[in-house]
Formats: sequence, structure tokens, C-alpha cells
Amino acid sequence: MLKLEPRPQPSQFWSLASPLLALAITVIIGVALFAALGKDPVRGLQVFFWEPIKTPYALGELMVKATPLLIIALGLAVCFRSNVWNIGAEGQFVIGAVFAGGVALTAGKTTGGWIVIAILLAGIVGGMLWAGITALLRDRFNASEILVSLMLVYVADMVLSYLVYGPWKDPAGYNFPQTKTFESVTQIPRLMAGSRVSIGLLIALAAAAALWIFLFRTRAGFAQQVGGLAPAAARYAGFSSRRALWVALLTSGGAAGLAGALEVAGPIGQLTPYVPAGYGFAAIIVAFVGRLHPVGMIFSAVLMSMFYIGGELAQSRLGLPKSITGVFQGLLLFTLLACDTLIAYRLRFTALQAGMKGAR
Amino acid sequence: MSIPRLQLAHITKRYPAVVANSDVSLTVQPGETHAVLGENGAGKSTLMKIIYGSVKPDEGSVMFNGQPVHIRNPQEARALGISMVFQHFSLFDTLTVAENVWLGLDKRLTLNEVTHSITTKAAEYGLDIDPSRPVHTLSVGEMQRVEIIRALLTSPRLLILDEPTSVLTPQAVEKLFVVLKKLASEGCSILYISHKLHEIRELCTACTVLRGGKVTGVCNPQVESNASLSRLMIGAEPPALAHHARSAGEVVLRVQALSLPREDQFGVDLDDVSMQVRAGEVVGIAGVSGNGQKELLYALSGEDTRAAPSMVQVFGQDAARMGPGGRRALGVHFVPEERLGRGAVPTLGLAHNLMLTRTDAIGAGGWIHVRALQAQAAAIIQRFNVKAGGPNAAAKSLSGGNLQKFIVGREIDANPKLLIVSQPTWGVDVGAAAQIRGEILALRDAGCAVLVVSEELDELFEISDRLHVIAKGRLSPPIARADATVTLIGEWMSGLWHADVQAHLATEAAHAQA
Repeated sequence: MLKLEPRPQPSQFWSLASPLLALAITVIIGVALFAALGKDPVRGLQVFFWEPIKTPYALGELMVKATPLLIIALGLAVCFRSNVWNIGAEGQFVIGAVFAGGVALTAGKTTGGWIVIAILLAGIVGGMLWAGITALLRDRFNASEILVSLMLVYVADMVLSYLVYGPWKDPAGYNFPQTKTFESVTQIPRLMAGSRVSIGLLIALAAAAALWIFLFRTRAGFAQQVGGLAPAAARYAGFSSRRALWVALLTSGGAAGLAGALEVAGPIGQLTPYVPAGYGFAAIIVAFVGRLHPVGMIFSAVLMSMFYIGGELAQSRLGLPKSITGVFQGLLLFTLLACDTLIAYRLRFTALQAGMKGAR
Repeated sequence: MSIPRLQLAHITKRYPAVVANSDVSLTVQPGETHAVLGENGAGKSTLMKIIYGSVKPDEGSVMFNGQPVHIRNPQEARALGISMVFQHFSLFDTLTVAENVWLGLDKRLTLNEVTHSITTKAAEYGLDIDPSRPVHTLSVGEMQRVEIIRALLTSPRLLILDEPTSVLTPQAVEKLFVVLKKLASEGCSILYISHKLHEIRELCTACTVLRGGKVTGVCNPQVESNASLSRLMIGAEPPALAHHARSAGEVVLRVQALSLPREDQFGVDLDDVSMQVRAGEVVGIAGVSGNGQKELLYALSGEDTRAAPSMVQVFGQDAARMGPGGRRALGVHFVPEERLGRGAVPTLGLAHNLMLTRTDAIGAGGWIHVRALQAQAAAIIQRFNVKAGGPNAAAKSLSGGNLQKFIVGREIDANPKLLIVSQPTWGVDVGAAAQIRGEILALRDAGCAVLVVSEELDELFEISDRLHVIAKGRLSPPIARADATVTLIGEWMSGLWHADVQAHLATEAAHAQA
């Protein structure tokens, strides 16, 4: 008989092994899924896990998608570690993109390269403002930040739609709901020719390092996390819970806004109703699969990016719907939650007994 | 000789890290009040959980009324007539008193019937409780009353009480003893777990002593002395504390007419609380929990900053609006009652837990010097003899006594000017308790002002120079320890000091009755 037994200490090993086991189980379920859909499972796995890393160009594309995921997830990790549940990074991403787009639209033929800095800063400010609404409502009226931030995602989408269908619509755009294409000077500088990887990747990696230092080497980062781990201890220590709330939301909002700016001024190059690509939601999974740890999130962002690209390839190569990406993302999150049981519990095989012990 | 009510033979229970019980045998006769004596960690609680069916022994047998039984869960134990009052309460915070009691009873009863029987039982045994209050609003003492009433409602044949008196006034302890003696005379057997020797000697007719999971003695406590019981329990007598008379210095803490409306709906309003604590003295505050101690300590520690600025003064400086950090800068350090979750973050290591109140290892810009932090934690672990797996052991991996030693050590190590300690030795074993009290006295002798809030009168009498009593949010006038008696303080705990004080002033008689 299988039995779950509490461990004396949470297992260090399983807190690292659990995401790997979750990935393995996701792959197994994926194979079954491909088989059930009448596709060759080996081909399916190839599309998801081999093609995205097969060529330098493919690797570049992997990084292009991993960059916004990582940046958003880094911000969310600050939130989740301080027990602030910002579910609306998607909305902050969109408003960041709108602000950045607004700045990019002002660029003309003679604008200097400084515009890129202005675009990125505008994105950060936009994301912060949007998350600041959530922080304000939580701080003043104790409104649930989960609901408020989530609802604001849809408001943000509406704001974007209004602008691209209305005031910001390209007059020469055949009435398509989109702005004019940004001037080339606004393009986020790329790292190398022949690949769309931009300095965004470097920003993301630098942010990961900065987050590591903040969380594990500064008193402010420590205070930030105590509020999430034990609120009464934070109060006893004198760490302000209001400060923790604002820091968490402004950091994650700013990060999501920055990701939005990098997207519109990078791969997209204009504002369209299709700016929201679900990165804000996917980043929640990235954050948890990466254990809310800066290094872990680098790996999980790449993995999540693989699912995005794999989903697109599965559409073209295997004729599967694109929603397969969402299925894989969801599978991974759920199996991870299940596997995390092993951190606090261990499985024991015991001989069958006459009666089961009371569940206490 | 009659058939024993309960007979345990050769019980052994092993946990991954420790053998909790090793070859323990124990016999309880009908109507007998049997003490199980031992320090924290001696295996008393595990043994009781085995009897109550919530833990399964690895070896050994249990006989109840002469029949071998395999008690698989607490429901079966209750069906046999075994009831237990746990030291750590098993109550649901969000449910009311009546609903909590209902959960453990026959499901055919309606909630109204249960409420009625609680009120009846409570009146019969003088246990004051409102059945409609949610449990999370109760004090520790009140929660225990709920547990006792819940146990009594099942009309038990064997009642197990785990450290029941730690949260009661001396008068309430006497009342409880009346209840227990009445129960015993009705034929109910009682297993009484405690480390308080005088209680055991007063109440119990038989005693099994455990140390390190093994039985180290079976005796009749009424013919033993405290010293002989103590030797069986810890292998030695606890060291006597040296309490030197010492003249107090300047006023460090002055509380002036502190009044604060409750923060929590079911809290206590502080009403006109005034007191002083001087350098080089220990001031004790006695009282049954839930009478405003929590609120007073929040206001003193800086966790509650709503009071008018001058209501709390430290070295003459208005401090009531300062947060905990500001007060620490003035030399005020505080050890809260709740160790896990307030005094320490359960999942973090001891070294990181230092940073809740200490900034020694933090450099410019808030940079954490990890090596220095570890060294500091290691030094405290060594100085205060904390048993821990090192500076990085998670706070929750320590036993209650060791974590308390670490937290007290963390605050004492800061060389405070004023140390405020709540329940310094709650649930701490005898050796550790003596050590903590010794450290508090050493700090006093070094010139620190100390304020101790405790529910253990013995402890307050042992270490305090002056005593206050808190009742219903109001604070009694101070009384020198030499003038205080257990009876007097016990009466003051019910708020009856006004007549006393008047009489005291009029006649200089310390024992005037209200």
C-alpha cells in the first residue's frame, strides 16, 4: 500500500527535482495526447523539444520569446515571495506597451537613438501606474489584489483597443486597427545580425542577477520576504507591510511594463490588438516552475518559450490547433503542483494492514 | 484488587529522528489520579497520544478495563470512555465554541442542545465561557476551558490532561482540582501530565516519571519531596536562583494613563494603565491570559502605535508613536509569547531570523554580510546552549525550549536597556526555564530594566522585584514581591484590588480581604 508520510524537514532534493519530474510527466501525458490525436508522438516531441533548439536562428527565436517571460516572472517572484498575488501582469504588460508605443509614435526621421531609453522608461512607468492602481485599492480599501489586478487586464485590453481603433489608428493603414509602423530608430538594438535577439535578453539576465542580490543579500529584500512568510514576524520586526505591498506591485508592474516596451519596440514594431500574447499569464507558471528563484526562472522561461514555439510549429507541421501550447503550459503547472507534495512528504510502501489509520 | 482501568505494557514508539517512548509500562487504577511527570521532550505527549489513538505504537500492548484494545483513532478512544485535553489545542479557529465541541460529540445532537449542555457543564464546574464566540477570539486560557468542557461532556472513564494549569489563576487551579477530585471520587481515572511538582504532590496518588522516553521511577508523590521528584525527572535538582537585593536606578519605561480601544472586535480595551520600570529591576505582570496582556505588549513593543505620544515614554522620550525599529534604537527589546511566526520565521534559518531584530551583520546600503551573520548566530547558539543543527537550521526544526532560548538569547545579546519578555518559559523544560530565568536576572543585575509578563505565578515570584496584576484591561498598582502572596495576587487577577488597596493604605495590612 502506498502511504504519504510527512518528512521531518522539507526535502532540498525534491524542491529541485520536482520541476524535472513534473516536466517528465508532462512529456508522458503529451505523448499520450499526440497518440490519442492520431499524430506520431515522436514527431510531436521533436516539434516541441528539438526543433526550437536545432538551428542558431531557432535558438534566437527561443530567446526572443523567453525574454519577456523571464522579465515578467522576475517581477512576479517579488510579489509572490511577499504574499502579494498579482495575477494581472498581462494588463501591466499591455499598458507598458501602450506607453512605450505612445513614445515611439512621437519619433520622426530626425530623432536620435536616445528614444529607445525613453521608450523603455515609458514602458516601466506605464506598468507601474497600472499595478499602482491595484496597490492603491488594496492599501486604501483592502480590495483583493487578485481580483483587481485580474480585472484590470481586461480594462488594459480595452484601452489598447480604443487607441488602435480610434485616435492612434494609422491613417494610411487601410482602416486596419493598428498604429503606423514605428520609425526604425525606435527599434530595440539587436545583439547580432540574422537574429531577432535584442538587448532585452541582456536586460533580463541582468535583472535576474539584480533580483538574486536583492532577495538574498539585502536587508530590504529580506524584509520584503518576511512579510510573505510570517506577517506577524514582519510586524514584530517593524517591517512595513504597506511598503512591502507597494514595492511588490510596483516592481512587478514595472517589469511587466518593460517587457511590453521591449515587445512593441522590438519584434512587433507597432501597436495592434494582438499585442497581448498571454505572456503575463504564462509568466506566472514560469515563476512557480522556476521556484521563484532567479536562476530557476531562467530555465523555466526557456522551457515555457519552447512550448510557445512548439505550439506554433505543431500548428504548421502537425496540423494541431495552437491551443496545444496552453494545454502543455497547464499540464506542466498542474503536475508541478502535484509533484511539490514530495517536498514535504515522502512516499512509503507499507504492508497491507487490516485497518487504515485515522486520517489525522 | 480491582481490574486496572488502564494498563500499558512495554510501549515503544520510534520517530525518524528520535525514540519517543522506549519500553514504557504504566498502570492506572479506577478512580486514581495518576501523574505522568517529565520534562518537555521526555515522551509524555507521545505516550498520551498512543493511549488516545492518534499515534500508533511500534511495540507494546494497551489494556483497558482488563481487555486488550487496539485504539486506532480518537473516535474509538472516546467510544471506550477516554477523553483528552491537549496542551496544544485542537480547535478550529473559525468555528464557535459550541460548533467546536459539537464536532467531537454524537452527531445526533442539535447545536442548541450542545450549547445548552456547555452552559450547564460550564456552570457546574465554574468554567466561564460563551458558547457562541468564535475560537480565534479566545485567549489561550479560554481555549483550554473549551477543551476541558469538551472532554467533560463525554462523561469519560479516563481523562487525560496535558499541562492543564499553565493558563489558570491559582484560584482557578484550585477549582479545577476540586473538579478533578470530584471526578476521581466518581470513579473516573485521571492521567495528569505536568512538570509542576507541587501540583502533582497535591493532587495525585500515583506517579510515573519519564526521562528521555524511558520510565525512571514509579512512586507515590504524596510521600515524595520536590527534590526527590526532581531528581527522578531531570537527574538533578534545578539550580536555585540567586536573587540579590539591588536598588533600582533611573526610570527607563514610563507608561502613563495608557488607554487604547481594542483593535480586534473581541480584544480587550486598555484602560488607564500606568506603571514604571527602573534600571536594574524586574517588574512582573501577572494575570490570566486574555485580560489585555496582548494589547499592552503590542503597545509597548511598537507593533501598535495608536496611543498618544506621551503615553509610553522610554528614558523620558515620547515613544508611543515609534515603530518597533525606533524603539529598538532606544534599547527596547521584546520577546513575544508566540515563538514561531512572530518571534521567528518558521521556515528561515536561525541566522536569518537574527535580522528580524538585529542589524549587526548589515553593512552600508543594507548589504547582508552572510559570514558575519552566521558567526553571530553560532555565537548565540553557543552562549545560550541552544540545541540546533547549526546557524542555518530552520526555526521550526527546533524544540520549543531551544527556540525560546535562541530568541531570548538574540534579544539579550543586543545588550538592551529595557527587555520586555512575554511568557519567558511557556512550554519550556525545567532546565531551559531555569537557564532563561537566570539570564533575565543576570541582565537585571547588569542594570537593565526588565518587564516580564507571565501566567506562571511561581516564575513571577521567583524573578520579580515588584508585581502588577492585569485584569480586564486595567493594571493594578505595584506591590513589592515581599509583600505579595499567592492568595492576594490570585484575588487581584479577578480585578479585586481596589478594596485591597484601600484597606492596605488604611491599615498597612497586606492581606486585607475584599
